[in-house]
Amino acid sequence: MDNAQKTETNNHRLLKKNGSSSKRNESRGKVLVYSSAAIVIIATLAITIFLGYKGIRTFFVFDVNVWNFLTTTGWDGTENSGAFSFIFGSFAVTFLAALVAAPLGIGSAIFMTEIAKKWGQKVLQPVIEILVGIPSVVYGLIGVTVIVPLLRDNVGGLGFSLLAGMIVVGVMILPTITSISADAIKAIPQDIKDASYGLGATRWQTIYKVIIPAALPSLMTAIVLGMARAFGEALAVQMVIGNVKGLPESIIDQAATLTSIITLDMPHTTYGSVHNSLLWSLGLFLLIMSYVFIIIIRVVSSRRKV
Amino acid sequence: MEKHSYEIENLNLWYGSSQALHEIKMDIPSNQVTAIIGPSGCGKSTFLKALNRMVEMVPGVKVAGNIKYNGDDILSSKYHPEELRTKVGMVFQHPNPFPKSIYDNVAFGARVKGIRKKAVLDEMVEKSLKRAAIWDEVKDRLNKNAMGLSGGQQQRICIARAIANEPDVVLMDEPTSALDPISTLRVEELIQQLKEHYTIVVVTHNMQQASRISDRTAFFLNGEIIEYAQTDQIFSNPKDRRTEDYISGRFG
Repeated sequence: MDNAQKTETNNHRLLKKNGSSSKRNESRGKVLVYSSAAIVIIATLAITIFLGYKGIRTFFVFDVNVWNFLTTTGWDGTENSGAFSFIFGSFAVTFLAALVAAPLGIGSAIFMTEIAKKWGQKVLQPVIEILVGIPSVVYGLIGVTVIVPLLRDNVGGLGFSLLAGMIVVGVMILPTITSISADAIKAIPQDIKDASYGLGATRWQTIYKVIIPAALPSLMTAIVLGMARAFGEALAVQMVIGNVKGLPESIIDQAATLTSIITLDMPHTTYGSVHNSLLWSLGLFLLIMSYVFIIIIRVVSSRRKV
Repeated sequence: MEKHSYEIENLNLWYGSSQALHEIKMDIPSNQVTAIIGPSGCGKSTFLKALNRMVEMVPGVKVAGNIKYNGDDILSSKYHPEELRTKVGMVFQHPNPFPKSIYDNVAFGARVKGIRKKAVLDEMVEKSLKRAAIWDEVKDRLNKNAMGLSGGQQQRICIARAIANEPDVVLMDEPTSALDPISTLRVEELIQQLKEHYTIVVVTHNMQQASRISDRTAFFLNGEIIEYAQTDQIFSNPKDRRTEDYISGRFG
């Protein structure tokens, strides 16, 4: 009897599957999902093509030399403009910020996943989630009102400086690095931690001989993602870095970044002018760099072992 | 008189408010294989983990009683668990090599102890891999990642890693439950060879395995030792009704 009942429900299922209404549902879902995917791809392609077209115009229509553009300083909005100081500024802020945020981020990730699990997950994790959500203009405001005067009084210079940019952007990318690192460390199987403790390793030895090496590719991904965010950050940097168009000579000098110069100069240019076109080229450079960051992340995370 | 690696008395253990071990009393003889059998949740793994104090890593655990290892009270606060664990090795249920080379896996314990000399490490790695009966299979690829080996090979690497510390006790927590029959056979043979040098305590679900490899068997039920005797006696002539029911497959 049981069997007979089973076949009956099976038949019922088969019938229903072949019914025209579920077939229609099937194709409707398909269209929905396929078109979402298509829109995402088209949007990415469109932005890349548009920015590529606009950015390249500088070099073909206005005959600006690419090499000069990338390697010389002196930004006057003419065909002789060089963007090197902004490229340098962007990279300097990015690397300095990563230098601050990477050790702090990985350190607090270890703290909240391995040392104080309860406390870390109850207190530190929500705090970090809040930090991720704070808009960058707020970081900029705090930078201008707290960090800049503090640097002016204690370190010297005007306060508006690469150093201020490094601190503000470093704090901004800290939660990104921390939360991705924490996820990476949590993903290390308990098995291999037990193996380490079972061999007589202390907690600290287990952390630096087993957990960090096993999580290293993911930790690198966390740092590169943080750097990508730092590289693209405009508002907060612009508020504290001083936006001087020359090359900074020291860390307490004012500087400018690719993003800050685009947001500052764009309103003052006429559409179609050399100056306007130069800014598009800076935008193209930013886009290319974000592609580079993504490639780095891909390469690094493909080396993951656990 | 028989020498004992462990002398355990009045051992009680709680996870939070539920008691997992009741008044355990057991002497574990040196250079013999002692098997611990019992149904799931009877406390046999907990007991094993108490022997190298790994059980303390579980939050909310409380241990009371007396565990003497070679005459020293290991539950005393003066006894460092790290020191204990270098003398009492452990092999786990699932093979758990580090995602490192075979060499680095076996040399891990020595490096933790601060041994850096390459010659010393080389010799120790070779000796341990030979004792774990896996040297011939891996000697040409010591620098390859241990995760690339088969499950049975990984488990023997884990045994090599444990004995590289030169322990005198090796605890094994269902070491073959994740292995195929042929790998299981090899590990069982290995256990037989290892008892010449080490005291072995093995937790197993598999009663045939206990009868094949062990000299003594303890039967655990609900956190208590029901019967502990020579393996032949347990399997041929159990004294307790519950032991008989369990080994004849009537429950568990």
